[in-house]
Amino acid sequence: MSYVRTAPEAILPAPVVARPSLAASLFGDAASSLATVFITLVALAALPHLFAWAVTNGVWVGDGEACRDAGACWAFLRAKTPFILFGIYPEDERWRPMVAVGIFVVLTIWSLPRKHWTRATLFGWIAGIVAALLLMGGKTIGLTEVPTSAWGGLPITILLTVLSLALGFPAAVLLALGRRSPHPALRWLSTGFIELVRGLPLLSMLFVASIMVPLLLPDGVTIDNLFRALVALTFSAAAYLAEVVRGGLQGVPRGQEEAARALGLSWAQAMRLVVLPQAIRNVIPPLTNTVVVIVKNTSLVLVVGLFDLLSAGRVALSDPDWPAPYAETYLMIALIYFTICYAFARYALHLERTLGQVRR
Amino acid sequence: MRRGTALLAAAALLLTGCSGAPSGSGAASPTGRTLAAVKARGYVRCGSNKDTVGFGAPDDKGYWRGLDVDTCRAVAAAVLGDREKARFVPLTGQQRLTALQTGEIDLLPRTTTWTLQRDANGVNFTIPNFFDYTGFMVRKVSGAKSVRDLSGASVCVQTGSMPEVTFADVSRKYGLNMRAVIFDNVQGTRQAFFSGRCDALITDASALASVRATQADKPDDFIIFPADQEVTPLTPAVRHGDDQWFDVVKFAIQAMIVAEQLGITSSNAEAMRKSDDPTIKRFLGVEPGNGHALGLPDDFAYQVVRQVGNYGEVYDRNVGKDSRLKIPRGLNRLQRDGGLMLPLGFF
Repeated sequence: MSYVRTAPEAILPAPVVARPSLAASLFGDAASSLATVFITLVALAALPHLFAWAVTNGVWVGDGEACRDAGACWAFLRAKTPFILFGIYPEDERWRPMVAVGIFVVLTIWSLPRKHWTRATLFGWIAGIVAALLLMGGKTIGLTEVPTSAWGGLPITILLTVLSLALGFPAAVLLALGRRSPHPALRWLSTGFIELVRGLPLLSMLFVASIMVPLLLPDGVTIDNLFRALVALTFSAAAYLAEVVRGGLQGVPRGQEEAARALGLSWAQAMRLVVLPQAIRNVIPPLTNTVVVIVKNTSLVLVVGLFDLLSAGRVALSDPDWPAPYAETYLMIALIYFTICYAFARYALHLERTLGQVRR
Repeated sequence: MRRGTALLAAAALLLTGCSGAPSGSGAASPTGRTLAAVKARGYVRCGSNKDTVGFGAPDDKGYWRGLDVDTCRAVAAAVLGDREKARFVPLTGQQRLTALQTGEIDLLPRTTTWTLQRDANGVNFTIPNFFDYTGFMVRKVSGAKSVRDLSGASVCVQTGSMPEVTFADVSRKYGLNMRAVIFDNVQGTRQAFFSGRCDALITDASALASVRATQADKPDDFIIFPADQEVTPLTPAVRHGDDQWFDVVKFAIQAMIVAEQLGITSSNAEAMRKSDDPTIKRFLGVEPGNGHALGLPDDFAYQVVRQVGNYGEVYDRNVGKDSRLKIPRGLNRLQRDGGLMLPLGFF
């Protein structure tokens, strides 16, 4: 029995997988080299055109006439940016949507560090949203009334995003818990809602909200178009987020809840303090994904006559004084959406890394 | 199984949605209710286009401009004495009739064609404020001057549009054997034409004029001519059932047309009040009676003309010679000048 081990084997370090150097990944073998050369050539061929369009022939100052037969019409964006950002909100009152956007920016930045995740911050958000809505509407606080049909641009995009998430996420958690509930009525209700909403295209829900709902209401009762769109967006956000949260709940072992209950916590406490924090932490990447989709989905309200960012951009483009510079306008709007989505994605990545659950 | 149930429920919802929409008759409005509601509210609510320059679109400052917008302002001037007491609700093509029927708006001046089906289903059309037709746009160098010159031409068409039907009809009627190059969106259709994919572009003539002004590098290189004899009257609409409001809107629009006939403009309206002409005196409300009959102030027509202008002024400013669209008056001239705008009697 000489092969029976008597002394412990030395512990080996985990095998190191060397990351290839940049040079090796670009020119490591024939295929890589070929691809690198080809892509570089294509880029080199395209770049001068792009540069000529954007810079050399670009028009930075002047009016529509200056933009005819020229490259990029940046002058158009200089003239139209206020309209694209604030839509048909009356010009004299545009400080109000600016302040409203400011409120959201400040609240967002304040809420970033984890030590600010307190009940006070939550109330701050509620107060901020109410203040922004009052300021935009104006009537209640003694300013000139601006009806929601005249709200537009970035504030609409931000309001729809923030409100559909703020209302949709709590609803999503309840739906996810409901779908796993032992009570059949709760389970069927939650499942039915989720499957129904997920099974309908958001576009058709927006159409139903804006065209069918008014017909079903009693005579003389009308519901604001913006509010109807918000309800459709919130339903959709709740249904999609609920499935993400449910995925997270399934990843938490049953023992966690049982142990929490055994320690004397009520069901609500066990969920709030033990199960949900772990569940949500586990699903940060898919949550981020869903939230980014929701941000961009707000642009669909274009079809129900609301002036969100994209819609305002398209209206600006219809001005006959300018030769309709589509590319430039869509680039600017894309940049705004990208900034919002990318910033959110980076922050979510940061959370994922710092919430103590680094599993790579 | 569970999924199946949900799908069934979804289908049921969609089905009821489809059958429910056209049959909904919406708010019944007993006569007089709309006018009283507008007066109490202090402003008129109008459905509007949101990006149809010349008819309804906000300018850079968010101020609404256009022929349809001015029609709404004329009603505001007639009813409330102030053209600024008008609010605009941007509506899509699908939303517009529902919004009118349910009372979300009081008036729908939004490039809506007066058709039998629409008239019979819940709305009343007042008086056309613009006569349009389907037209072709071609390059001048092609030498084509009428539909008959388009034999064998390729034509950019938007699928699912009324002009697509006209295109097929015209092509068959004259045996032109034209070839359709079909696109599913407005922008694609137009860009394809300007990039040379087709010899001609077919759509509403007013839209063609606008496209030519906004998207052609040299607008003078293109000409527009009618595709057929049919005229589409774009007509502001009101709800069924409120005859008084129906009359008010009709005569607010008529005030602009009659003013042009009588030679009254926004700048001379004040002076015209001192005219000795009994027709003008009645029209401007110097001699009372007309306003009262409609439930309006006696000087309602004066307010319309002074604040908004006569039809010629409104036309020129928004879509005609003083605008970028430069649509010729054509069918929209007064009846005495050979057009279809027919002034009614103000007595």
